[in-house]
Amino acid sequence: MSAEQDLIVLRPEGLYCPAGDFHIDPWRPVARAVLTHAHADHARVGHGAYLATAISQGVLRARLGADISLQGLVYGESVAINGVRISLHPAGHVLGSAQVRVEHAGRVWVASGDYFVSGVDGDVNATCAPFEPVRCDCFITESTFGLPIYRWRAQQEVMAEINAWWQGNADAGRPSLLLGYSFGKAQRLLAGLDASIGPIVAHGAVETLNAAYRDAGVALPTTQRIDDVPRDELKRALAVAPPAVQGSAWARRLGDASDAFASGWMQLRGARRRQGVDRGFAFSDHADWPGLQHAIAATGAERVIVTHGYEAVMVRWLAEQGLQAQSFETAYGDDAAESAHEVSA
Amino acid sequence: MKAFAALFNTLDASTSTSHKVEAMQRYFAEAPQEDAAWAAYFLAGGRPRQAVPTAVLRRTACEVAGIDDWLFDACYQAVGDLAETIAHVLPPAEASDDAGLAVWAEERLAPLRGQAPEAQADVLRAWWRVLDAPQRFLLTKLIGGGFRVGVSKLLVQRALAQVAGLDAKLVAQRMMGYTDARTPPSPERYAALLAPATQQAAAHGGHPYPFFLAHALDAPVETFDERIGPCGNWLVEWKYDGIRAQAVKRGGVVWLWSRGEELVSEGFPDALAPLAALPDGTVLDGELLVWPEGADQPAPFALLQKRLNRKTLGKKLLSEAPVRFVAYDLLEDGGGDVRAMPQHERRSRLEARLRGSAVALSPLVQAGDWPAYAGLRAASRERGVEGFMLKHRTSAYGSGRTKADGTWWKWKIEPMTADAVLIYAQAGHGRRASVYTDYTFAVWSRAPAGADEAQAVIDAIARREPATDGALQLVPFAKAYSGLTDEEFKRVDRAIRATTLEKFGPVRSVKPTMVFELGFEGIQKSPRHKSGIAVRFPRMLRIRDDKPLHEADTLPTLAALIASGVS
Repeated sequence: MSAEQDLIVLRPEGLYCPAGDFHIDPWRPVARAVLTHAHADHARVGHGAYLATAISQGVLRARLGADISLQGLVYGESVAINGVRISLHPAGHVLGSAQVRVEHAGRVWVASGDYFVSGVDGDVNATCAPFEPVRCDCFITESTFGLPIYRWRAQQEVMAEINAWWQGNADAGRPSLLLGYSFGKAQRLLAGLDASIGPIVAHGAVETLNAAYRDAGVALPTTQRIDDVPRDELKRALAVAPPAVQGSAWARRLGDASDAFASGWMQLRGARRRQGVDRGFAFSDHADWPGLQHAIAATGAERVIVTHGYEAVMVRWLAEQGLQAQSFETAYGDDAAESAHEVSA
Repeated sequence: MKAFAALFNTLDASTSTSHKVEAMQRYFAEAPQEDAAWAAYFLAGGRPRQAVPTAVLRRTACEVAGIDDWLFDACYQAVGDLAETIAHVLPPAEASDDAGLAVWAEERLAPLRGQAPEAQADVLRAWWRVLDAPQRFLLTKLIGGGFRVGVSKLLVQRALAQVAGLDAKLVAQRMMGYTDARTPPSPERYAALLAPATQQAAAHGGHPYPFFLAHALDAPVETFDERIGPCGNWLVEWKYDGIRAQAVKRGGVVWLWSRGEELVSEGFPDALAPLAALPDGTVLDGELLVWPEGADQPAPFALLQKRLNRKTLGKKLLSEAPVRFVAYDLLEDGGGDVRAMPQHERRSRLEARLRGSAVALSPLVQAGDWPAYAGLRAASRERGVEGFMLKHRTSAYGSGRTKADGTWWKWKIEPMTADAVLIYAQAGHGRRASVYTDYTFAVWSRAPAGADEAQAVIDAIARREPATDGALQLVPFAKAYSGLTDEEFKRVDRAIRATTLEKFGPVRSVKPTMVFELGFEGIQKSPRHKSGIAVRFPRMLRIRDDKPLHEADTLPTLAALIASGVS
């Protein structure tokens, strides 16, 4: 198969479908962009027209501007652009996240953006539509946690540890500060918290996204603004806030809090210690190593293109498994170590 | 094992000293004595010999995980720790195991040593099936002899002392030799640590006293009078670059203990011989040094290194590198503990005790004032020493690195320095995994004619053109990975990522942009190195943002350091 026949190729602007003349998650301004989800490294300002899931429209408009030209699709609904059929399918990463299915002249390619599939059977992201495998000829996959050391534990177990940590702090009269990316991670954490332990505080950046989730019918526990919680009740409270809050004036208002960071990167001791928090919980919205393998196998694709993460490792591994594998150098995420702090994990 | 793994996790996660001590107290109060005995051993730094070779651990982990060597390597590069890599690549546990730490250490791990690799691999596979990731991590650390956790021996002693209601100093003394590999921990030995204070268990057998440690004195000499008082208040000795040791003579036998609380008598028969003539009930603090008969100064540490970890001591080695014990303090005299006496009184007794003995005595150095001492100190390298030790005349012999009972200062010489250019970087290990902290530095093959010539070489490197023989080039000469703050490491890490030219496995080559001042303790010719130079203890002193690349040091300037006879 030559590059001209490929349904999706790499251009300086981003992933590009030559047959349909549109880009997927482009990082430079283009005429027509199809978006997988609303995280900042995938959804950027300045494109002429946007196509995304209907459910992500609220967040996209809030982040990119109310007046953008945006068409929304429900999962599974398809549209044709220049004779290329496009449909969006759940990726399980965050609210409204999608895999982009592209069909043209009898061939099907899928660009999956970021997705969550766990090696633990039956573990799905309950705060959004869970990942659905889509049969295709070529699958474009992320590789954020594309190393065999990344195997997630059952999320129930991790949430039980988080609740136990909170309970221990509350019993000792110490507030808890739980850090996690404000869009997606924070809501998954909130959904798993045991609200009987104490009041739950949400940072403003998190609360904005909570509203979008509640509008979409996702059940989250009651959250309060930090100013609305009386001083003595704050000692039993847990606050959910984005990582940037660590060490800030906002965090100091909690008083002598125990802090924790929830991220897939917290799987490793070195990362936990560098983060400088009391506890690190390995809790991710990305696929772990077994999850990546399951997801790839379920597509039935013979060709796989690996993006952002451990591309070289995944390409070699997949080639050894008999697949035709290559990588695209994208602007999503960043180097493994840096992304621990800057993008969702 | 579960309880100890939980304790390890708590200690590993916490940065608070009081939380750590509390966690250890809880563990010691609840654990069965046989397990607590082993926990105290491991926490205080005890290391049994490696039970399974690393290669067997690795190979078996790859097999069980169903991955090849290259993939294991890729994982190791991201993790930076073998035990942790193994813990995470294995599939999840299928069952659990409730055996205690003592059962693991005595009945499971100890018999493993020396078995055939296949038998060891079978056992590992069975254990990995019943242990979760934290326990696997710990198991591999215990098997590999690489167990370390962020608590000092002082903290362990404090926790034990609080559990038993004892003075921590008493526990410290009882603990001397507890981690020596020859005698495994037992409930009896553990009980003896915690026995009520009235039961006099001190000064028995060959046990030494806790070592008193010095603090670094890092101030200009002009401030000494104000900071530490006149030099007349201090006993001043040379600071030797050897192995700190205690010589214990009791019941007709001499024991030599290293500062790591290992019994090292067998490795130094030559140092032992003169000590045998001391009267019973004598304990000396001093230094083991290679010091040939008749020489007026000790040989470099490199020669002493040859004597370490030898199974057998050949005649040739003993004559090439003869070791002597140089005494500088007296801790026990006539069977009585004299550590509480003032320094000058112990010194007088020491001199009296060694009069007519063959045991060498570290001389006191006399000078009129601090500037005069500074003048003498400047010639330390020529004398084969590292500077001065200052011991206050009234100081008692304390326990560990404390100033509670008196003060010892080490007033070391300034390191030699060179300005060098960063050319390669590798990620660190442990908490520095995935951060570029291990650097290779280069100097110019000759002095560049100016900024332009240097820039031309750097541009050629950036274009990945190989250097031409004989032309100006950057020659790697030292690796260093310490001396910067976390903030500085972060800054350099960012610069490395931004200037990376190529990646070779874990190593990145960078376009040279940064000059560092490196410090080192010694420099000598070395045909094994490309630069022809080897330096000892290289570390980064600071980032020289002010220094243009073409002003970095050169091979000729380093050669001049060697020629000046400093090592």
